[in-house]
Amino acid sequence: MKRSNKPIFWSLFGAGGMLSALIGPMLVFLIALAVPLGFVSKETMDYPRVLAFAQNWVGKLVILVVVALFLFHGLHRLYHTLHDFGVHIGPGVKALHHGLAIVGTLIAAYLLFTLRSAA
Amino acid sequence: MSTPNTYTRPIAGWWRRNPFYRAYILRELTCVAVIVFALELLVGLWRLVQGPEAFDAWRASLAQPWVIVVNCVVLALVAWHAWTWFEVMPKTLPFINLGGRRVPDRAIVAAGAIAAVVASLVVLFLFLTL
Repeated sequence: MKRSNKPIFWSLFGAGGMLSALIGPMLVFLIALAVPLGFVSKETMDYPRVLAFAQNWVGKLVILVVVALFLFHGLHRLYHTLHDFGVHIGPGVKALHHGLAIVGTLIAAYLLFTLRSAA
Repeated sequence: MSTPNTYTRPIAGWWRRNPFYRAYILRELTCVAVIVFALELLVGLWRLVQGPEAFDAWRASLAQPWVIVVNCVVLALVAWHAWTWFEVMPKTLPFINLGGRRVPDRAIVAAGAIAAVVASLVVLFLFLTL
């Protein structure tokens, strides 16, 4: 019998759901609201500081994990929600959602890789 | 192959019929906010790679009033995702036994919420000091 890929994608959905539940609200608040509105010092997101974070391998891992798991969580859930709205699950719709998450992850990985070579 | 010509009960608008369904759909649609935020970060990373001017342009775009409004909605939905994630955790986790007794649902929800507060404070501390 062909093995199902469901455990892989469900684990990524679960891991992304847990990570975004633990730190998602704080990340959105800090990056998308507090810094642009000046609630915290705008220098926290200055180019040299963010660049240094993204050139450090721990920082790279943090960025990659956040972007990848948030995408896998969100797109997996979106694909099931579309089913609830009557867009029926087919291999194509499923592959599209998981595929977009994979593409996003690869783009993030590539961008982080180019930052290392630029340093 | 032609599809059988049998009656299918229409499902359009099913979720508007009952408050429980509406809450379910709101919970599931929080995923859109999680995707939007991930894409915002991905764009930011792309602009970071392009250099200081591009990165500052990305930051300026985040400060536009309509983007702030969108991100307020994103924050509300991600926070709702976080709360509902821990709220259903007693159902999504296997039973946990401590000292021969099943850990009560309320304790699991509370542990999740406390973990989120601690993790968020760690993120805040690292963000401000690193």
